[in-house]
Amino acid sequence: MNRYPLWRYLLIGFALVTSVLYTLPNFFGEVPAVQISPLKVTARVDAAVMETVEKTLAANSIPLDGMFTDPNSIKVRFRDTDSQLKAKDVLDQALNPDRDSPSFILALNLISDSPRWFSAINALPMYLGLDLRGGIHFLLQVDLPSALNKRLDGQVGFIRNALREKKLSYASIARETQTIVIKFRDADAREKAQREIERIAPDLALKTLEGPGEFRITGALTPQAQTETQKSAIEQNITTLRNRVNELGVAEPIIQQQGSDRIVVQLPGVQDTARAKDILGRTASLEIRMVEAHASDPQGRDYDPTKIEAAIKGNVPFGTELFYERRGAAAEPLLISKQVIITGERLTKAAPTFDQRDQRPVVAIELDGQGARIMRDVTRDAIKRRMAVLLIEKGKPEVITAPVIQDQLGGSFQITGSKTPREANDLALLLRAGALAAPMDIIEERTVGPSLGAENIKIGFHSTWIGFTLIAVFMIAYYHMFGVISIVALAINVLFLVALLSMLQATLTLPGMAGIALTVGMAIDANVLIIERIREELRNGNTPQAAIHAGYDRAWGTIIDSNITTLIAGAMLFLLGSGPVKGFAVVLCLGILTSIFSAVTVSRGIVNLYYGSRRRLESISIGQVWKAGAEKHQQDTKR
Amino acid sequence: MEFFRIKKDIPFMRYALIFNVISVITFLIAVASLATKGLNFGVDFTGGTVMEVSYKQAPDVNKIREAIAKLGFTDAAVQSFGTARDVLIRLPVKQGFTGAQLSEQVMNELRKDDAAVEMRRVEFVGPQVGTELFENGALALLFVSLGIVAYLALRFEWKFGVAAIIANLHDVVIILGFFSIFQWEFSLTVLAAVLAILGYSVNESVVVFDRIRENFRKMRKATVTTVIDNAITRTMSRTIITHGCTQLMVTSMLIFGGETLHYFALALTIGILFGIYSSVLVASPIVMWLRVSREDLVKPEKKTDVGAVI
Repeated sequence: MNRYPLWRYLLIGFALVTSVLYTLPNFFGEVPAVQISPLKVTARVDAAVMETVEKTLAANSIPLDGMFTDPNSIKVRFRDTDSQLKAKDVLDQALNPDRDSPSFILALNLISDSPRWFSAINALPMYLGLDLRGGIHFLLQVDLPSALNKRLDGQVGFIRNALREKKLSYASIARETQTIVIKFRDADAREKAQREIERIAPDLALKTLEGPGEFRITGALTPQAQTETQKSAIEQNITTLRNRVNELGVAEPIIQQQGSDRIVVQLPGVQDTARAKDILGRTASLEIRMVEAHASDPQGRDYDPTKIEAAIKGNVPFGTELFYERRGAAAEPLLISKQVIITGERLTKAAPTFDQRDQRPVVAIELDGQGARIMRDVTRDAIKRRMAVLLIEKGKPEVITAPVIQDQLGGSFQITGSKTPREANDLALLLRAGALAAPMDIIEERTVGPSLGAENIKIGFHSTWIGFTLIAVFMIAYYHMFGVISIVALAINVLFLVALLSMLQATLTLPGMAGIALTVGMAIDANVLIIERIREELRNGNTPQAAIHAGYDRAWGTIIDSNITTLIAGAMLFLLGSGPVKGFAVVLCLGILTSIFSAVTVSRGIVNLYYGSRRRLESISIGQVWKAGAEKHQQDTKR
Repeated sequence: MEFFRIKKDIPFMRYALIFNVISVITFLIAVASLATKGLNFGVDFTGGTVMEVSYKQAPDVNKIREAIAKLGFTDAAVQSFGTARDVLIRLPVKQGFTGAQLSEQVMNELRKDDAAVEMRRVEFVGPQVGTELFENGALALLFVSLGIVAYLALRFEWKFGVAAIIANLHDVVIILGFFSIFQWEFSLTVLAAVLAILGYSVNESVVVFDRIRENFRKMRKATVTTVIDNAITRTMSRTIITHGCTQLMVTSMLIFGGETLHYFALALTIGILFGIYSSVLVASPIVMWLRVSREDLVKPEKKTDVGAVI
C-alpha cells in the first residue's frame, strides 16, 4: 500500500531535474561583460550592431566569450577584465563615431558565467534586490494636476485665437482650476462660439451655464482626454528619465510606472548618488528656429550651396549657426538662424498618428496659445522655407528634424516625412523628450552601498545555513531515518524554492532571504506532523506499513489547513507591501507551496522507495516510540 | 528519544480560567504601554531620513552631531550601530529639505571632519509615503485577520474562527506591546514578521481544532472537556517540536542576522513563544466557552465513517 505509481516518481524526478537545472546558474559566479544599449531614441541594437561588434573585436583580436541579446541591449561576455576594458574602448569608438553625440551607451557589467545553453532555456541566477547588490532606488511623484493645467492652458490660447480669427465675440476666457470658463454677452454669441469650439477642441466637454446677465460656457477635459494627457505625461517623463539614466552607464536600470502617478527608478551598482540626482533632475530644452540656407533641394527656398560650403570652411554668416541634420547614415549641413521662434515649453502635444488623407505616418503637434500665435506670424511669409527643431541637452544642440513648411501653421499641425509608424513614434518621443511633461519630486530614496550589500548576502546565507544545520541535527537525532528523510525533503524544498525564484526572476531581498530561512523553519512543521502521526499509529498497535499510510493520509488535511492561513498572510503582504517586504511575501508564498509538495509528495516518495517495497516490515527507524505502560517499546531497530 | 511520555491526558481545561487570566493581564499591560508610550515607529512610517555611515576609526559622535546641527538639525539622533565605527543618523522630516539633497549635504559636512567617511546606506521616506505605508500596513493586518476568520469559519465553524482570531490577535498586541515597552524600532520588516506570525501561529489552533473535530467523531461518549484535553495532549509533542525547529532557525537569524534582521527575528521569537501558548491554551478554552458541541462539527448523517479525517 505504500507504493507510488511510476508516474509519481517520474513527476518528482522531473521536478528535481528542472529545479537543479534552474538553480545551477546561481553557483557559476559572474564574468565581466560589456553591455551595449541604445542611447538615442532612434538608435537600435540589431543584427547590424552585432556584426559591427564582432568585426571590431576580431580586428582588434580581443577574444569574446559569447554575445547575448535581449530587446534592449547586447551583452558581450569576456574571459577577463582586461579584455573587457579594452573591448569597451574599441567598441565605443566603432559604435559612436561622433564623439559629441553618441548613439549607444556602453556599460561595464557582470553577467552569469553559466554555459551558454543555460541562457537559451532562460535559466538565470536569482535577481538580487538593491539591498543585496547595492545601488539607488528612487520613487518619484509626478505632479499630474500641473500636466492637466498645462494642457488646459494650451486649450485656452487655442480657443481664444480661433474665436478671434472667426470674429466671434466673447467677454472673457480663462482657466479656473480644472475648467475653462468663457463668458459671453448674449446667448447668440455663445451659441455660435460653442459650435466653433466643439469643432476645434474635441477634447473638451462643454457645458452652458446661465447666470444673471451672463452667458457662459465651461469646458473641462473629457475623462478620456484626461487619462490620455496623464498617460502621456508619465510616458514622457519616463522617456526623459530613461534618456538621462542611460548617460550614467548603468547596466540594468529599472524605470517603471508605479501606481497612477509615480515612477520608480532603480540604479543597481550606482554609488555616486549626487551625480545620479543631478542628472535625473536636469532639464533639456527644445527650440524651433528657421533654416537660413541648405544645399539639398535646388527647388526649395533658401537653396544656397555656396553659403553652406563657405560655412563648412569656417565662414559662418553673422546670426546663424552651422548644424548637421542626421538622416540615417548621412548628415545634411544646415545654416540655422540663432533666433529662437518658440521653445519646447509651448509644445503641449506631440503624438504619432496617421495623415487623414493618405494614411501616411505623421507626428501631430499642438502648441499653446502664445506658441500658436507666434507660429502663425512666422509661417505666414515662410511657406516652402524650412524650419529646424533642435534638442539642447547638456548645452549641446542637435537638429532632430528640419521639415519644409507647406502652409501657414497655427496651434496644431503635423510633421510629415516619416517613412514608418515607428519613425513617427521616435520623432514624437524626441520632441517630447526635451522636457518633463510635469514636475517630479523624489518622495522616497533608498541607497545601499556595495559593501553593505555583499555583507547582507553573507549574513542572510549564514543564518539560513546555521539554522538549517541545527534543525537537521535535531531531526536526525530525534527521528532517525525519518529525520533523515525529512531533512532531505527539506533540502529539496530549498532547492525548489531557489529554482522557482530563479525561474520567475523574482527580486530577492534581505527580508526575502529571511523568508527562505523562515519557510525552512516552517516547512519542517509538515514533516513533524506526519512523523508524529506515524508514531501515534504505531503506539496504537498498527503495523509499520499501515502506520506510514495512515500517517501521511491523515496529516494531509491538517497540513493544507495550517498552510493556507500563512498563505493568506503572505498574499496580503504581497498586495499591500512594498519593496523589500514584497520580496519577503513572494518568498513566503512560494515557500509554502513548495513545502507542501516536498513534505507530502517528495518525502512520501522517498519513504515509499525505502520501505514501501518490503512486504514484511517489522519495524521502521523513526526514533523511540514510547508506549504508556509497556516497557518494551523499542520499535526502532538499528540498521 | 521521546520527550513526551504522557500517560494520561493533561486536564488543560481545568485551568482554562487561569490561562486566560494570565493572557488578559499580559494583554492589558501591552495595551497600557501602547496607549501611553506608543510605538517607536521607524522611518518607514514616520517619514524622514536615516543614514548609515562608516568610518575607518571610531568617530566622535558629538562631533557628528555638531556637524549636522550646522545644517539646522538640532534634533538629529546619532548613535553607533553594530560596531563603534558605524554610525546611524536619523533626521526628521523638515520643511524645505528634500531627502535627496539632504543626504548629500550631510555627507559633505561629515567629509569636512574626516574625508574617509563612507556612506553605507540612505533611506529617505517622504511623509506622504510614510502615511501610506502605515495605512497599507493596517489594512494588511485587517485583511489577514478577516481572511483567517473566513477560512476557519468555512473549514470548521464560526466558533473556531472567532476563537483562533481572538487568540492570535492577542499575540499581535503582545508583540506590539514588547516593541512599545522596550521602545524597539518598529519598521516595515517588523510588520512583515508580525503578519507572518499571525498566519503561522493560527496553524497551531488549526492543528488542535482538527484534532478536536476528529475526537468528536471517535470519542462518542466523551465530554467536550475530555475531547479538548485529549486533543491538546496528543498534539503537544508535535507543537513543541515544530516550534522548536522554527525557533532554531529564528534564533540563528537573531544571532547571525545582523542589525537589519535583528528586530525581525525578535518579533518572530516573541510571536512563536506566545503563539504556542495562546493558540493552544487560549483558543481552546474560548471554543469551549462558546459552547462548541459535537453537533457543530459532526453531521448526524455521517455517523458511519468513524475515524476518517477530511
